[in-house]
Amino acid sequence: MRRWLLPALLLAALAGAWQVAASSGALAGLLDLESYLVPSPAEIGESLWQSRGLLAENAWVTLQEMLLGLGIAFVVGVGLAFLMHLSTLVRDTVNPLVVVSQTVPILVLAPILLIWLGFGIWPKAVVVALVCFFPIAVSTLAGLGSADPEAAKMMRSLDASRAQILWRVETPTALPSFFTGARLAVVLAPIGAVFGEWVGASSGLGHLILFDNSQLETARLFASVVVLSAIAIVLFALTALAERRIVTWR
Amino acid sequence: MRQDTKMAAEAEGFATAIETPANSTANDGGIAIWDLGHSYGELETIERLDLELAPHAVLGLVGPSGCGKSTLLELIAGLQEPSRGKIEVDGESDPTARLSHCAFMPQSDLLLPWLPAIDNAALALRNRGIRRAAARSEAGELFERFGLAGFERSRPAELSGGMRQRVAFLRTLIAGKPVLALDEPFAALDAITRAEMQGWLARALSQAPRTVVLVTHDIEEALYLCDQVVVLSSRPARVAGRLSAPAPRAAGRDEVVTDPAFVTVREHAMHLLREGAK
Repeated sequence: MRRWLLPALLLAALAGAWQVAASSGALAGLLDLESYLVPSPAEIGESLWQSRGLLAENAWVTLQEMLLGLGIAFVVGVGLAFLMHLSTLVRDTVNPLVVVSQTVPILVLAPILLIWLGFGIWPKAVVVALVCFFPIAVSTLAGLGSADPEAAKMMRSLDASRAQILWRVETPTALPSFFTGARLAVVLAPIGAVFGEWVGASSGLGHLILFDNSQLETARLFASVVVLSAIAIVLFALTALAERRIVTWR
Repeated sequence: MRQDTKMAAEAEGFATAIETPANSTANDGGIAIWDLGHSYGELETIERLDLELAPHAVLGLVGPSGCGKSTLLELIAGLQEPSRGKIEVDGESDPTARLSHCAFMPQSDLLLPWLPAIDNAALALRNRGIRRAAARSEAGELFERFGLAGFERSRPAELSGGMRQRVAFLRTLIAGKPVLALDEPFAALDAITRAEMQGWLARALSQAPRTVVLVTHDIEEALYLCDQVVVLSSRPARVAGRLSAPAPRAAGRDEVVTDPAFVTVREHAMHLLREGAK
């Protein structure tokens, strides 16, 4: 109760303050702007309702990009973590490149992906995957390595093969850590998708935000942000729910 | 009389409940060690050691902390290879053979927290490819026999320290190997539970005789549970003294350990330990 109530109250208080500041024109005055450029929460809500069809349509596009990207990030991240865990040769070879992949600015990479992969869903999904696989790979690898070496001795003594130690001991040990990475990835996914759309897209929330920005449609711009946050919150909650269902021993 | 027949029946049931691996049916787990030496790089952990242990005998290894007794246990169990000398278990000296003859119980119980108690106990069976249902029914019989009935589905976190050690011991026993290598199995327990568990282990071993190597820093525990006790010196380990226990695993642990004969041997062991630690 407390966990939900306190943040909800804070949010309501912030929205209330914003409402007063925006509708009285105080905020616009402070920023020295025309008041229509500084929408109040009520106006954003109105825009959310009026443009619901348009927002839903574009949200669906962005959601698909996010899910495809997250899927790739999951497979690549978990796969790399297992390979690096099982082979020091792979780890020594691949780990530096994994880190380097995060130092390459997406800003530079996204336009190239557009040239290579076209205007469809793929360049966006790849940007999402590039942003999201890193936390999954790093946390899963750390989790796999955190198993007690004594447990491996015990298992060897109970006739376990390397694969059985991996499956029965190391993989469950890594699960909480994997979910930490997955929660991070899920929150990063909308940022990746919006960025991918900004470089070149004909639909999606990122595209809509860019369009509304140029049209000074600030109320709908905020409405897009609200929808995007809602998607991230739902994905985050689903990840947390999956964790509670799977990691039952903590 | 009725009690006797019941116990005989139990013992018989026990023998069928714990399958011995096919390759070791003829072997009972005798251990012989010659001129053993071991070092980790520059660090010499075991200076020189000779040992012989008859099948179904219980050997205690005591010594100061960090003297290399856990290393010795892992060497015997085939989890490590010695730098020098030879270890034979059932007449076989290569590490894979030793590993297949010894079941190792680590210091902390290391029950897997995501598995219910019964699946933890049945790990060795599952590792051998036995299906979960069959493994559970085999382990279930032992739960009854060893006072754990009703706790089959409990997660380790729901069990008391003593219960967890019992499950960990069953897990080691169910492996069906002739030699049990126990590394300070009761070190983490409080004094009362530890005394209880010593009595429990003594009864368990009388029901399911095994060759046991028990590492402990508790002299009383070693002298109560073991037939012979080897006192090790501080690192690098060598034998500081060998003792025979006056009444190994006799019923009524509390009376045994306060018996004058027991106390005399215990004081002698303390003396050897002090000398060896110098």
